[in-house]
Amino acid sequence: MSEHHIVMPKTYATVLGCLFVLMAATIGASYIHLGSTYNLLLALFIALCKMSLIVMFFMHVKYSSKLTKVFAASGFFWLIIFFTLLFADYMARHLSTSPFAGSPYGG
Amino acid sequence: MSSAEAKADRSPYLAHHFESIEQQEESCTLGMWLFLAQEVMFFGGLFMAYAVYRYMYPDAWLEGSGALSIKIGGINTVVLLVSSFSMAMGVYYCQIGNSKNLFRALLVTLFLGFVFVAIKLKFEYFPKFAEGLFPGDGWGPHGHYADLASFGDQGALQIFFFLYFVMTGMHAFHMLIGFVILVVLMVMTKQNKFGPQRFMPILFFGLYWHFVDIVWVFIFPMFYLVT
Repeated sequence: MSEHHIVMPKTYATVLGCLFVLMAATIGASYIHLGSTYNLLLALFIALCKMSLIVMFFMHVKYSSKLTKVFAASGFFWLIIFFTLLFADYMARHLSTSPFAGSPYGG
Repeated sequence: MSSAEAKADRSPYLAHHFESIEQQEESCTLGMWLFLAQEVMFFGGLFMAYAVYRYMYPDAWLEGSGALSIKIGGINTVVLLVSSFSMAMGVYYCQIGNSKNLFRALLVTLFLGFVFVAIKLKFEYFPKFAEGLFPGDGWGPHGHYADLASFGDQGALQIFFFLYFVMTGMHAFHMLIGFVILVVLMVMTKQNKFGPQRFMPILFFGLYWHFVDIVWVFIFPMFYLVT
């Protein structure tokens, strides 16, 4: 007989309430002008909070084994690596001078 | 223990190649998360294209986002979040063995999914198709979107709407697949195939449905709320 954790309706309802609050927060934050970069970071931060709530409670990861947690995190972890490598390229493309200019490594 | 005894001891839900129900559940869960990691990679590619072009054409993003309705997008966000909740409740009812409420929860999830796609088509896709916001040869914003026609870089604006249609379209396509699976699960629920001993199919479909919800959680601020 399996001992799988049963998440209670009250927990699900609380999470749904938090998701509504965060949705209101992300819409509200878009009307506050912090500069496009900070607005973007704030929107991403709120989206990450919503994602964590969904993954932890709706998707039962909080109650799962460590190995499942690793699997759940792996996709997002690889995504961070991809984004880092991608932007290391794109953000450096418009540099007018190479940071290596004048060094023995060329420029 | 003889092999005949061991056989009699096995749960009818335990497949022959697993030692125990726990091992079976763990293996299946890992398989499902592996599939979801693949889905993260798939949508991740689209989000990377989004990030590169937003970085290159910030003005087009601001202009394009202004043409999307926060109200419609917000309503759809609520619809989708509630459908995720009803799906989670479905898992709960399955685990406590209430097939009647499981069926109802799946029905509500399916209905809300339909509402989401219907709103998307009626208030978002169709007006954009009709008023020249579909990238390609038919491009030419007019009617409600006439303001966009005066934006200098029409090419960049087309890239914004190209990504909008591809990403929201791929998201909606995932929902359509979800509808088919939901109908199958509802038929199986009517046949009493699920219960406290066998809820993994419901749980795994829930994982898929919540994943689709997460994609929307990112799409919504990235397209509708650009400032």
